[in-house]
Amino acid sequence: MASTEEIRSNLAEIVNEIAGIPVEDVQLDKSFTDDLDVDSLSMVEVVVAAEEKFSVKIPDDEVKNLKTVGDAVAFIERAQNG
Amino acid sequence: MSKTRVVITGLGATTPVGGDVASTWESLLAGRSGAKLLTADWVEELPVKIAAPAAVEPTEIIERVKARRLDRNAQFAVVAAREAWADSGLADVELDKTRLGVAIATGIGGLLTTLANYDALRNGPRRVSPLAIPMLMPNSAAANVGLELGALAGVQTPVSACASSNEAISLAADQIRLGRADIVVAGGAEGSIAGLPLAAFGQMMALSRRNDDPERASRPWDVDRDGFLLGEGAGVLVLETYEHAVARGAKIYAEFAGSGITADGHDIVQPDPTGSGAERAMLQALREGDLTAADVVHINAHATSTPVGDVAESVAIRKALGSAADQAVATAPKSMFGHLLGAAGAVESIATVLALHHRVVPPTINLDKVDDGVDLDIATEPRKLGDGDLAALNNSFGFGGHNVALAFKSI
Repeated sequence: MASTEEIRSNLAEIVNEIAGIPVEDVQLDKSFTDDLDVDSLSMVEVVVAAEEKFSVKIPDDEVKNLKTVGDAVAFIERAQNG
Repeated sequence: MSKTRVVITGLGATTPVGGDVASTWESLLAGRSGAKLLTADWVEELPVKIAAPAAVEPTEIIERVKARRLDRNAQFAVVAAREAWADSGLADVELDKTRLGVAIATGIGGLLTTLANYDALRNGPRRVSPLAIPMLMPNSAAANVGLELGALAGVQTPVSACASSNEAISLAADQIRLGRADIVVAGGAEGSIAGLPLAAFGQMMALSRRNDDPERASRPWDVDRDGFLLGEGAGVLVLETYEHAVARGAKIYAEFAGSGITADGHDIVQPDPTGSGAERAMLQALREGDLTAADVVHINAHATSTPVGDVAESVAIRKALGSAADQAVATAPKSMFGHLLGAAGAVESIATVLALHHRVVPPTINLDKVDDGVDLDIATEPRKLGDGDLAALNNSFGFGGHNVALAFKSI
């Protein structure tokens, strides 16, 4: 099972690839839109890439709840454990 | 109505023979071909295995994250627009952006994005990119250039196949002359070297099949021509009112004199063999520019290297200029960089403007024996132009029977 830090680190790489945000800026307390400036279309790309990377399903109506990197990491952890 | 004078103050290009204007112009004068045998695995089954890819990959220039949000044609447009904008010196001028417009054409639009996302759809709708629509829409190149420059006077995308970017330049001049803008960044971009277009143009018998000798494949007006060579890239020109350019002490390459836009009304793909539509376009461009046939010292021809089109255009030039055609040096740069479709007119307008500016016409290569039906004075070596006031025409014609001739004057 992947640790919280492993998930955050892998997610940071995805965010970097798609939106060009430095990996070290993608920390649990950061908001995707307000802090990292990830726009809504890039967020869709991040979600699809994360589903593939972590072998989870992230339903469309769940995405609006993933405001921070921590929200996303927690969702992925729950989905992997579930 | 007195016409507002419109001048060219910035040039940008990325083509199969150079990643910018200077290297492209140097290649044209040197008679260098950009044709290549394609080596991608999708080429194997195709009857046409040659094309003229861009000399410099746009992803080497555009920042990675920005590049992945742009279709290839928009990448080319952004590269050329950045160069043209820097060249114009306008980046250092305080501008009212509500007076700055963009007109960037394309023939096909974001085709590579369309194809890639159609492939992705086979693995489910979730695999389709949320950026697919803003990347594949034909106005994407224009819109992205407009965003880069902060242009607020309107961003437009005329589409008329291979006449598209001459139409964009004409539209840009119209916007300025109608008082809707002081500056318009105009041109065209195309990035469609892929299996589908090569197969489709191939099925029309429109492409050269000289796979064993790519650099000799594009041979406008030559008796052994067998079709065009598909190219890619972009050309962008900054058009500006003469008053605005002079007031800021801008470098002026040439003056836009006039344009002529006509339709053949003949066939969806075959040019009218009488050349009547093309003739009317050239005459209209001269009339709008208050020029006569005797003023024309140079013609940058559409001349794509197709059997029918090259002769029809030659007939049209003869009809439009009469005996004055004897002293108008013709050239066909598609012999070197191939056919850039919706970018062809813009890149060739840049060549026309530079020919007036430097007073030298680049050569047509691969012209071993001129077709009997062609009665033009064709430069096969760089040809010097004379002193004094000079005018030149640039022709672009597109599937659909679109004819757009542009007239430029030296300054």
